[in-house]
Amino acid sequence: MSSHIVASFDEDLVQIQAKISEMGGVAEEMLSKALESVQNRDAALASEVIDRDKALDAMEMELEEAVVRVIALRQPVANDLRVLIAAMKISSTLERIGDLAKNIAKRAIPLSAARPMRLTTSIARMGRETLAQLSAVLNAHASRDVDTAVQIWNQDYEIDEMYNAIFREVVTYMVEDSRLIGVGAQLMFIAKNLERIGDHTTHISEMVYYIVKGNTLGDDRPKGEPTGVNLVAG
Amino acid sequence: MHAAVAILVGVVAATATGLALSPALAFLGAALIAYVASHFLHRTLHAEPEPREGTGDAGETGGRQIPADVGPQLIEKLPVPLLLISQRGRLGYANLAAQGMLPRLTPGQHFAHIIRAPAFVEAVSATLRDGLERSFEFTSYEGNERHFEARVSMLAECEGFGPEAHAIVQVEDRTRTHRIEQLRSDFIANASHELRTPLASIIGYIETLQNHAREDPEARERFLAIMAREAHRMQRLVDDLMSLSRIEMNEHVRPVERLPLNRIACDCASVFQPLASQEGITLRVELDPDEADVIGDRDQLSQVFTNLIDNAMKYSAPGATVTIRSAPENPAHPGRVGVSVSDTGMGIPREKLHRLTERFFRVSVPQSRHKGGTGLGLAIVKHILNRHKGRIEISSVLGEGSTFTVWLPRATQLHIVPDEPPAVAPASRAAR
Repeated sequence: MSSHIVASFDEDLVQIQAKISEMGGVAEEMLSKALESVQNRDAALASEVIDRDKALDAMEMELEEAVVRVIALRQPVANDLRVLIAAMKISSTLERIGDLAKNIAKRAIPLSAARPMRLTTSIARMGRETLAQLSAVLNAHASRDVDTAVQIWNQDYEIDEMYNAIFREVVTYMVEDSRLIGVGAQLMFIAKNLERIGDHTTHISEMVYYIVKGNTLGDDRPKGEPTGVNLVAG
Repeated sequence: MHAAVAILVGVVAATATGLALSPALAFLGAALIAYVASHFLHRTLHAEPEPREGTGDAGETGGRQIPADVGPQLIEKLPVPLLLISQRGRLGYANLAAQGMLPRLTPGQHFAHIIRAPAFVEAVSATLRDGLERSFEFTSYEGNERHFEARVSMLAECEGFGPEAHAIVQVEDRTRTHRIEQLRSDFIANASHELRTPLASIIGYIETLQNHAREDPEARERFLAIMAREAHRMQRLVDDLMSLSRIEMNEHVRPVERLPLNRIACDCASVFQPLASQEGITLRVELDPDEADVIGDRDQLSQVFTNLIDNAMKYSAPGATVTIRSAPENPAHPGRVGVSVSDTGMGIPREKLHRLTERFFRVSVPQSRHKGGTGLGLAIVKHILNRHKGRIEISSVLGEGSTFTVWLPRATQLHIVPDEPPAVAPASRAAR
């Protein structure tokens, strides 16, 4: 980034973007621990994740205030304005990812009391894939890597496909054994939350693209296809 | 030069304040203290002709053994990753070990962009604020989960870095230790479950042979053949599990060799030619062997293609065709090269596609058992590609066949191959 005559403006921009990385770190950790709490039936860890969400909310507020202050004081244009607008959008996206992770943790608590179900492995797998995408997009943001951002944007339908497969699997289990309906419903929501996190991740990709290129990535993102040709995560 | 002294002071301060480095480093630390002591004495006591007894000796020998320009090199090449972070949170310096561990480092960057783990950000921010030393652990989720231990403390102010105070962070990668524990439990769980079936069958036949089949030579031959087959299956399973564990152990270590991907695929295919003609399968290779350079591990990439071709042939009937070709560039994989292995077999149902790379997942259990599959082939492929920052893409149409495409980051011109220097080579052998 070229420097400004007012050095403290640069400092403001750097601190705001660092805050995004910080929020990303918290969101990642929440998601990882939420998944761990589902897989290991660990209610204590789940409560920890639920509490952690407050910190993320506070960080979002803080960031929003900082952005508004910079816009009001410096009246930025062009690239600087894009960085600030993207920061605001990414922070609210990360806050939502945190909410979804919290929701997964909430569902882990009743699951920890129920009898173990084989399906949690599939969910854990989908969760790991979602976390990897989130991590990659945060890296892309930190290093302004458009190529990676585009890759992640294009790969989201793999997560969609996993969601569809888990959906079918859960329905099959619930049809076979009505005692599994309670657990199955919880797992279904967890999978849906992960799918939503995947969508939010692509939104961050779009913001990285917007910062660097100055225009939008378009709206023809590949979604899970209904035909026989599909892809899976590698 | 100022910077060099500053870094030296930094590390000495760090060592002295209890950044307990490993034993080898403790020695270096001592040498450095001697060096700095001499430097200090020379500067402050240059008017005094006779230095004091003990320190004077250490100072003089130390001064001769470690000349000033070696100092920065020592720090640069310390095997322990070190980072210097300014009061405003900017990365001031990172030695080679740190650069190797954190490839996204850029000087002047805010430290939260380099490592955003909350424990790291909190500890470093707190130390920059209150100046206290802290030890902490953190996890990063970039690609593969990695575990670290770190210590942070403040440096004494030194002019080489300007008016700002700096914190020094020492980071150690503990992923390997974590992984060993994880692997041990996974290995036992997986292996015991999968070995039970063949083992039960072998025990059954042994019991039969000990009892009423004892005097029946025909049955004995037949049973021994089955037992041998089951034992070989167990052996393959153990081999695959071991190789999977090995791959997982090194999954976070980046490969360094520059390799022609297409040539590796061609070589693997030629190994399968005799088997293909024996089974009546056409094995077609449509690749330019000199295209597509990647950074990788030769044996592991060979294993990827071997597993994929082996799978494709296993699930193909006589008369079928297995094709290995370059994948056309795909906007979903910018900067990557692809090689695909496709078959004209029965295809894979859509709902099973995403589970293919799971350990011990089989599309059809009896068929896999019949073909002697271990259920680990694609899991191995996936882990190898993870290590190479690549991906496997699987598409399939029921009744028409499946295509497995390997995507790997294309090697850039910038990548230097750490090969043997050509000047040292005795004869000027032609390059590969």
